[in-house]
Amino acid sequence: MEPGFWIAPLVGGALIGLSAAAMMWLHGRIAGISGIFGGLVKPTAGDFAWRGAFVGGLVAGGLLMLLLTPAAFENTADVGLPLVALAGLLVGFGTRLGSGCTSGHGVCGISRFSPRSIVATLTFIATGAAAVLTVRALGGA
Amino acid sequence: MRQLTMFLAGVLFSVGLALAGMTQPQKVIGFLDFFGAWDPSLMFVMVGAIAVNLVLFRLTMRAKGPVYAPRFQVPTRRDLDARLIGGSALFGVGWGLAGFCPGPAIASLPTATPRVLVFVGAMVGGMVLFHAVERMRQAALSARREQATQS
Repeated sequence: MEPGFWIAPLVGGALIGLSAAAMMWLHGRIAGISGIFGGLVKPTAGDFAWRGAFVGGLVAGGLLMLLLTPAAFENTADVGLPLVALAGLLVGFGTRLGSGCTSGHGVCGISRFSPRSIVATLTFIATGAAAVLTVRALGGA
Repeated sequence: MRQLTMFLAGVLFSVGLALAGMTQPQKVIGFLDFFGAWDPSLMFVMVGAIAVNLVLFRLTMRAKGPVYAPRFQVPTRRDLDARLIGGSALFGVGWGLAGFCPGPAIASLPTATPRVLVFVGAMVGGMVLFHAVERMRQAALSARREQATQS
């Protein structure tokens, strides 16, 4: 680990926190990506535009960073497409059932000291670690 | 103006994710690899995000309401239930397998790589599946209620 390895994550995290705070200040909403995106998958009337604008911003920001620093999107994790598909399915289903993901529970919820979000975050970090351990034990990446 | 600020919040979020290393699945998997070559760097993402959001959230709550909406919509539930824990557990498994959570996966769409496209497609599929299951559950519940009132 090189000496300043924590600086970029800390600054990036601060920007995420700033964006989430702006969402609350301007729109009174929790910046939970799975919830905002989920509302696009199952749209209700009058609720589509702001969700679309935010998700559009996510994609545009990704494009901007891809042009500025392509290395930020390097994917060297050796995971085959069938496993990626299973993972996506679990993430989609699980975040809707559990009412949130890393952003809604992990960032916004913990900042509010929500007991539900703290338990949710500990749970998905624990099962995430178990998944990594299992893949490694079975001889994967 | 409303939608523009929403769009800009999305851009800022995405730039933060990419800068933080969240759009590199190997880093996420490394962070979750507590019993192997643990990569602590993503812990600082949470520290930075929570520190900033914690302070600004408290300041925001002093206002009467948000700028562009009638009121703050903050979740109020405090109970723990099986759906919260089961859902989070499933999500964590998917997160650990692919190294993607929803935000970074969507931010990575412009790369148009097969892994990102398959992940986001399957994630949409998982959400559609959840909504279908939920609809069936609601229908079964209301049928049972109807039966109970008739007998």
